Amino acid sequence: MVEALLFFAPASLIIIGALIVIFAKNAVHNAMGLVMTLVSLAIIYITLNATFVAMVQMLVYAGAVMTLFLFVIMMIGVDKKEQTTESIKGQTFLVSGVFLILISLLAYVAISSDFKWDLWFPPVEFDTEGTPQLIAGVLFTEWIFPFEIISLLLIVATAAAIALAYDTKKRKSNA
Amino acid sequence: MIQRSEKVMLEVTTDWYLTLAAILFSIGFLGMMIRKNALIMFMCIELMLNAVNLTFISASKHFGQVDGQIFVFFILVVAAAEVVVGLAIIVSIFRKQSSASVDVLNVSRG
Repeated sequence: MVEALLFFAPASLIIIGALIVIFAKNAVHNAMGLVMTLVSLAIIYITLNATFVAMVQMLVYAGAVMTLFLFVIMMIGVDKKEQTTESIKGQTFLVSGVFLILISLLAYVAISSDFKWDLWFPPVEFDTEGTPQLIAGVLFTEWIFPFEIISLLLIVATAAAIALAYDTKKRKSNA
Repeated sequence: MIQRSEKVMLEVTTDWYLTLAAILFSIGFLGMMIRKNALIMFMCIELMLNAVNLTFISASKHFGQVDGQIFVFFILVVAAAEVVVGLAIIVSIFRKQSSASVDVLNVSRG
């Protein structure tokens, strides 16, 4: 019972937050909906024995990435009206059709007894908790090469962001 | 019949998590397609990335292996880098066009 509650409470919050992200008019509300989704996902990760990833999710996503989003919303301004004219004819209609097909396919897979992940691949009996010790033990031995590549990617991304956002004209006129 | 449905309701299997991830991905896709604001479209990309992360974590629990969580760690880092560069691009476009709408960006139209 507790297990079911620990799934359904965050799951409903995730879906409500995602719907706020795509339907709210105010950009700050969209960002807050995304925060709701990300924090609820962290709760789900904890129930799935991924404690380290839950912690990183809170710090990186709900902390750093959302702060970045809010900064940009502040720079761009929240009062800009979003235009609603369709540049591609019938886009909303077509996309809603594709979405309905996706959801009905999903409902079929979820309801029909032919598709049961647990029957195809039986789950393991033991629990592997993703503690920082365990993650580090695998990350710094087996996955050390991707780890180094990803650090390079972060440095390149930082340099690229500075190069893109640096306003050369403004700097020159100020000097 | 009633007994069976009760059992289904109480036991949270991996299918539930995968279904939740699929719903989250579909919502992100819908938002990506119907919104015009580049910032909101970025948030929808984040939704889809998080749906994939949820799939990895639930599979990691299912098979009792930690590799899925390491993949999620990598996806998190790539998503953070992507957000940094993408938001910088949005800001520099906003400086030129004073709009964040993707419909205004038709300068490379043939």
